[in-house]
Amino acid sequence: MQETRTITLTVNGETISEAVPNRLNLIDFLRGTLGLTGSHVGCEHGVCGACTLEVDGAMVRGCLIFAVQADGSQITTIEGLAEDGRSAALREAFIQRNALQCGYCTPGMLASALEYVESGGAADRSAIREHISGNYCRCTGYQAVVEAVCDVIEGRVST
Amino acid sequence: MSGPLTIFDKPNSYIGRTVPRADARRLLQGRGKFVDDIQLPRMLHAAFVRSDVAHGKIISINTATAKTMPGVKAVFTGTDFVDVVEPYIGVLSHLAGLRSAPQMPIATDVARWQGEPVAMVIASTRAIAEDAAELVEVEIEPLDAATNMELALEPETPVIHKDLGSNLAWERVVEAGDTEAAFARNDVTTVERRFRFGRHTGVTLEARAAVADYDPSEETLTFSYSGQAPHMMQFIFAKHLGLLEENVRVVSQDVGGSFGIKIHTYGDEIATAAASKLLGRPIKFVADRMESFLTDIHARDHLVDGKIAVREDGKIVALAFDDVTGIGPYSMYPRTSAIEANQVLNLTGAPYRIENYRAQSKVVFQNKNLMCQYRAVGHPIAMAIADGLLEDAAAEIGMDPVEMRRRNLIPDDAYPTTSFSGMKFDDLSHHRTLDRLVAAVGYDARRQEHAKLREQGIYRGLGLVSMVEVTNPSPMFYGVGGAPIASQDGATVRLDAGGGVHVSSSVTEQGQGTNAILAQIVAGVFGVPIERVKVTTGDTRTTPYGGGTWASRGAGIGGEAALQAAYALKEQVLDVASVILQSSADKLDIDAGDVVDAGTKTERISLSDLARTVYYRGNELPSDLKPELVATRHYRVTDFPFVFTNGAMAAEIELDVETGFVKVLNFWAVEDCGRVINPQLVDEQVRGGVVQGIGGALYEECLYSEDGQFLNATMADYLVPMAFEMPDIHVEHVETPTKTSVLGAKGAGEAGTGGAPAAVMNAVNDVLRHMGTSIHQMPMTPERVLKALGKV
Repeated sequence: MQETRTITLTVNGETISEAVPNRLNLIDFLRGTLGLTGSHVGCEHGVCGACTLEVDGAMVRGCLIFAVQADGSQITTIEGLAEDGRSAALREAFIQRNALQCGYCTPGMLASALEYVESGGAADRSAIREHISGNYCRCTGYQAVVEAVCDVIEGRVST
Repeated sequence: MSGPLTIFDKPNSYIGRTVPRADARRLLQGRGKFVDDIQLPRMLHAAFVRSDVAHGKIISINTATAKTMPGVKAVFTGTDFVDVVEPYIGVLSHLAGLRSAPQMPIATDVARWQGEPVAMVIASTRAIAEDAAELVEVEIEPLDAATNMELALEPETPVIHKDLGSNLAWERVVEAGDTEAAFARNDVTTVERRFRFGRHTGVTLEARAAVADYDPSEETLTFSYSGQAPHMMQFIFAKHLGLLEENVRVVSQDVGGSFGIKIHTYGDEIATAAASKLLGRPIKFVADRMESFLTDIHARDHLVDGKIAVREDGKIVALAFDDVTGIGPYSMYPRTSAIEANQVLNLTGAPYRIENYRAQSKVVFQNKNLMCQYRAVGHPIAMAIADGLLEDAAAEIGMDPVEMRRRNLIPDDAYPTTSFSGMKFDDLSHHRTLDRLVAAVGYDARRQEHAKLREQGIYRGLGLVSMVEVTNPSPMFYGVGGAPIASQDGATVRLDAGGGVHVSSSVTEQGQGTNAILAQIVAGVFGVPIERVKVTTGDTRTTPYGGGTWASRGAGIGGEAALQAAYALKEQVLDVASVILQSSADKLDIDAGDVVDAGTKTERISLSDLARTVYYRGNELPSDLKPELVATRHYRVTDFPFVFTNGAMAAEIELDVETGFVKVLNFWAVEDCGRVINPQLVDEQVRGGVVQGIGGALYEECLYSEDGQFLNATMADYLVPMAFEMPDIHVEHVETPTKTSVLGAKGAGEAGTGGAPAAVMNAVNDVLRHMGTSIHQMPMTPERVLKALGKV
């Protein structure tokens, strides 16, 4: 059960090479092994979206893939999105709209929102709601998130 | 109350302004500090073996194989903790007659709900602990389970605690006037309904989590947890683990949602602390989602038979109901599981003038997970009974439900008043909030539109609720009954040498923005830019003693303490300034970080210059001057058991009569939480609360089999509101500050969750009424709606 395999991957621009247990999922690897605790674990079965992060350009659930499957991948977590500035406008909009309360869903919510914005999504409230409907938020009621995404798309946010 | 009322008018006041939260910036960069992020040297991890039956006698637990697994440090069963943990009983003296049985963190002889811990594995990693937990051999002989609360008191139902003689935990009757005579009158129309409110739960996205770190060299326990009441937990660990209270430090940093789930005493958390004490090493326990569903407190679970009698002119003559509620096998410690029923008895019909009222509640034990206080305790039941009956009665006598409310709501100028259950009300505004709501909804036009659409086969409905909410609780809530729960809170405000201000408060932050509003209050009252105010909450070692944040008390109680402390510090600073500047304190003020001339606002000395003079160059001050640049104040609510908030809400729904699906199209909330400190934060509290309320009304239910198996304990199966189903929520405010404090703030956290279910139910019934049917069971699932329509 503790068989390991060495993987090499790029996380937030940094090349990492580690021996990981085969059964370790990606989110536990990032949080536990690398100390990237910004991504959160909510349900561990792909429903809540708290662990949403970018693997090779796609937003995926960190709890649904094993670390060994990420061998050779390019991964960006919320820490990386902050450092490279990609999430700057959305972050500012989330602050202005208070589109987060406890902040636990936020890393995943921000990732999904960023995916929508970067893919050229329109400021269409229903479409935004549909896009983030895989991200569970118990605090906000979602409306502020929708407003924040619209603000970014319609250029109402300066960073 | 006397005090610096002008603080609200000052141009540099932050009170009443939308100011971004400092915490948001951090959380958006992945720099939150949640419990599972903690890594300590030599830290071990806990996993639990839990009962897989609802009721069973523990015959044997064989831990031998599990203990041999590499990485396993210890395996504990309930008996290992008998000499370590003092049992706890969830009763309070002011809930007369409430009974429960002694409870241990891990079951010792009988398991009484599916999910109750029966063994605990401590290992070097959580994965190894879980592996070893699979190797613990537990033999449990199943016993007949008492799961159906409706049968809990029947003779054929097994009695869960033999010593108690029955499954009755508590009962109470509230009676005013003569309901029997009122219902017998020949000039009244009586409407009777049976309401069912399903069990649901908080589903905090961050599950419960704890790191217990016992240091045997100093006999100290540091307990970091995801929770709302650090000082309460400090007492509990001291008492039940045999530690000195001052040797227990409880820390609560970022909390990933709480909603009342995280104010209770959970066996797995107590066991984690006990195991750390036994092993002398830090231990982490983080509940997984399955454990959350099985053991986080559940809420609601009521069956209510209610009736209302109204005259032809719409006047409510009498309201009566019988309630039964199932609370699981124990009353939760230390807040008890009778509070919800008590709130239902106290709050039902409270917005209205009703002379004849009779309400009875029976609180019963059952072999399901424990039920206890969750956001808007008892409110959704109380509001749905009263306003559900009211709207049905209005339809029965052919009166518009808004008009019927206007004829029964307590007039805004009638306060203070006392309700039939002895609740003192003041500073409420039911009529004003209803008027604002009617305007916001565009009430008449929307009704007309619905009538037109109905002819086209589009079925839309409108439902309203008028409500009161329990906020800012006084000692009468818990302390009076012997609970170790502070009703007062404190704030310490300190001016540091650099001119910055530090606030330390005993209320806690779980995302509401507690830290932000404390900074706003202190910055505004003391007179510094908000960026210069730093806030500490959630640490029993460094904050004043207090209750934490629950029952919407953070702003009203914690905020007032901060206001008073900031004001006291300002007086102290101006006393020092008056000596340095050879002026008098009443001619000086503090503005934007400087001591200024009160009249001209000309800068006289900066706060940092003043502080550095005091801290570094005391030689420049007269020797009889004893400057204090720190002030602490505490505040509690007196004269009232609670400071009630009121509001009015409306839901517009569309019902698909083919599928039974209910879509909430619009929602409006007009809330009067007194003085609004940060409009955006209040709006977002209301919106989030409404969405939780819609969850309870339409989706959320903990489903159990007859033998007590939780059937939908995953996030895929337990439905919560997601973005796509939710409407935009329109929020407005009426501000009637409470006279109990200078700040004048009441709570806003319960509103949406308490009121939305009644509004949504009334909206659904607004549609169903035209089809000759109705529904009074929550959640109103498509299946139940179709059943009401006779389609399945």
